[in-house]
Amino acid sequence: MSNTTQLLRFITAGSVDDGKSTLIGRLLHDSKSIFEDQFSAISKTSEKRGMAAVDLSLLTDGLQAEREQGITIDVAYRYFATPKRKFIIGDTPGHEQYTRNMVTAASTANLVIILIDARRGVLVQTRRHTYLASLVGVPHIVLAVNKMDMVDYSQARFDEIVTEYKKFAAQLELHDVTCIPMSALNGDMVVDRGDKLDWYQGPALLELLEEVEIDHDVNTSDFRFPVQWVCRPQTEEHHDFRGFMGRIEAGEVSVGDEVTVLPSGSTTKVKEIVTYDGKLQTAFAPQSVTITLADEIDISRGDMFVKSSNHPPKVEKEFEAMLCWLSETPLDKNRKYLVKHTTRTAKCLFSRLFYRVDVNTLEPHEVDKLNMNDIARVAIKVQQPLVFDSYEIDRATGSFIVIDEATNNTVAAGMIA
Amino acid sequence: MSSHIFTHLDALESESIHIMREVAAECKNPALLFSGGKDSIVMLRLAEKAFRPAKFPFPLVHIDTEHNFPEVIACRDKLAADLGERLIVRSLEDSIKRGTIVIKDESKPRNPFQSVTLLETIAEFGFDACMGGARRDEEKARAKERIFSFRDEFGQWDPKNQRPELWDTYNTRVHAGENIRVFPISNWTEMDIWEYIGREKLHIPNIYFAHEREVIRRGGNVIPVSHLVQPKPSEKVEVATVRFRTVGDMTCTAPVESTARTVEEIIEETATTRITERGATRMDDQTSEASMELRKKEGYF
Repeated sequence: MSNTTQLLRFITAGSVDDGKSTLIGRLLHDSKSIFEDQFSAISKTSEKRGMAAVDLSLLTDGLQAEREQGITIDVAYRYFATPKRKFIIGDTPGHEQYTRNMVTAASTANLVIILIDARRGVLVQTRRHTYLASLVGVPHIVLAVNKMDMVDYSQARFDEIVTEYKKFAAQLELHDVTCIPMSALNGDMVVDRGDKLDWYQGPALLELLEEVEIDHDVNTSDFRFPVQWVCRPQTEEHHDFRGFMGRIEAGEVSVGDEVTVLPSGSTTKVKEIVTYDGKLQTAFAPQSVTITLADEIDISRGDMFVKSSNHPPKVEKEFEAMLCWLSETPLDKNRKYLVKHTTRTAKCLFSRLFYRVDVNTLEPHEVDKLNMNDIARVAIKVQQPLVFDSYEIDRATGSFIVIDEATNNTVAAGMIA
Repeated sequence: MSSHIFTHLDALESESIHIMREVAAECKNPALLFSGGKDSIVMLRLAEKAFRPAKFPFPLVHIDTEHNFPEVIACRDKLAADLGERLIVRSLEDSIKRGTIVIKDESKPRNPFQSVTLLETIAEFGFDACMGGARRDEEKARAKERIFSFRDEFGQWDPKNQRPELWDTYNTRVHAGENIRVFPISNWTEMDIWEYIGREKLHIPNIYFAHEREVIRRGGNVIPVSHLVQPKPSEKVEVATVRFRTVGDMTCTAPVESTARTVEEIIEETATTRITERGATRMDDQTSEASMELRKKEGYF
């Protein structure tokens, strides 16, 4: 395995009826990522249930708690690798809590596979999945037109679906959409190309997953470094050492660069970039490093370093965002919540609810309360200023979670406008 | 690192460091669970990467079943001493003496009882967060568990009542009496662990490498002979060349037949093996399809 194998995180959106579990099973099986003991377990179950062939969808079967109580747990993570890349699949079951689950899984994904049944074409749920993918800013979208075997592998049918889908997708800001015809059941165009879809010239699914360019998915231009932890060893050997530990969320930084510490606005120079493996001249996102500075400035967790020469982030106590409500308890406009943004947590208040988006039609509706799975444009006031970019520019510094102090639950996910 | 080549191991490493630093910054009294096994040895190196040149802002804690392989315990003590970090060991024997664990059969695995001593240790020191080296690729209950996994006063995991985990903004808040288990290497696979051990040249117990050992074959499993597992009159002791893929309770951890004597050879074997890590080696996980899920609900890691 080469040393530069990358890590691609992707999710699948679609219901069981679209063949989602079969697709994941097929991907794992044909890329030889299924172990014999797993295969023998699902073979036994298939036989018990009287099936003629091994049902690959059983690979994503749930926990005992799910089977017994007829519930599904929102996200399961699966792992497989090819010689070219390592993959993390965020597998979300499609059911009534879909918005919440998909937003959760998509928040860390580079790519989403949206499944369509070729017989049924573009449905309301296809639009919903696509809207959520665009809302959460997943950089790459694959429209998997599945069950092509049920429409005689018809190119005309595929073209018809693609035309309709692209018309819809054009309304949303989607930069990279690839449409692939396939049959997960028969294994056509998933890992192997098969011999039924010769008219299709594009990549098979796995080929695309291996080749899609993900280096530019993070903001590479503007340096952003939220301070996580201040390191003061206070030992004889490192008596005066004062390092600021954190992960570079965007851009890069070099020794000698002038940095501004926000929200205070003090400036200084980078003295050293320290890691366990030695000092670096330059470091870049998403490395976790320790930075020492030329001057003694009062800095604590929650502050952010930016490069003085870069485009500055905003430093505000009030901002607008798209909010996805995740909790069964509706939003209460009279209550204060906590917002956790990068490494800073502050009290917050929802000062205005502008509109709710109908995820099926994309139409805005008037709103005065938010229920679970609702998506709305809101205005937020925070007790201390946050240092942020818009979500569109930087997923790391443009996102936040909302915590209910009474229950300590995570009740909402926010994307700063 | 001078060029912009960022490997998958670099990505996983940075994610784990970020998680450990969040725990240190936001939890009042965390601990790192350290057994001397390969995954927890990787955790130790990640903690060094996260916090050096300072000491770890938490102690290492081991819940000793006293059914461990002596080589693993020796490695645990040596690594903790070499790093100069504080190691707290609490034994199941203490809980047995207190009467909170009742053992019926000495030769049976003690994993189910580990939760009792772990919860007693959490209470003794008032830990609000315990970091562990569990991975999601190990088992399907773990595949559905969060990186920050909340436990109630009884240490129970409720799979259907988990907090959504978005981006890498972790909600670390707990009420008094509750605590969190944190799994910084959730997204690592067995292969990633071995590649990292190779890359970092980590010292691991020698029983992970191929060696000759007295074993018996029982119910399709190869079982190491020890003071806890003696052959029945009908069973034949043979000497096999084996290595361990996991090192747990001696009574239920089966070695695999292997001639891999170096990390490189293990990586090669791992790439071509057709059996999962736990499927091959953990007899306690074979007893029922849901055995790990049930143990976790009772407060297991």
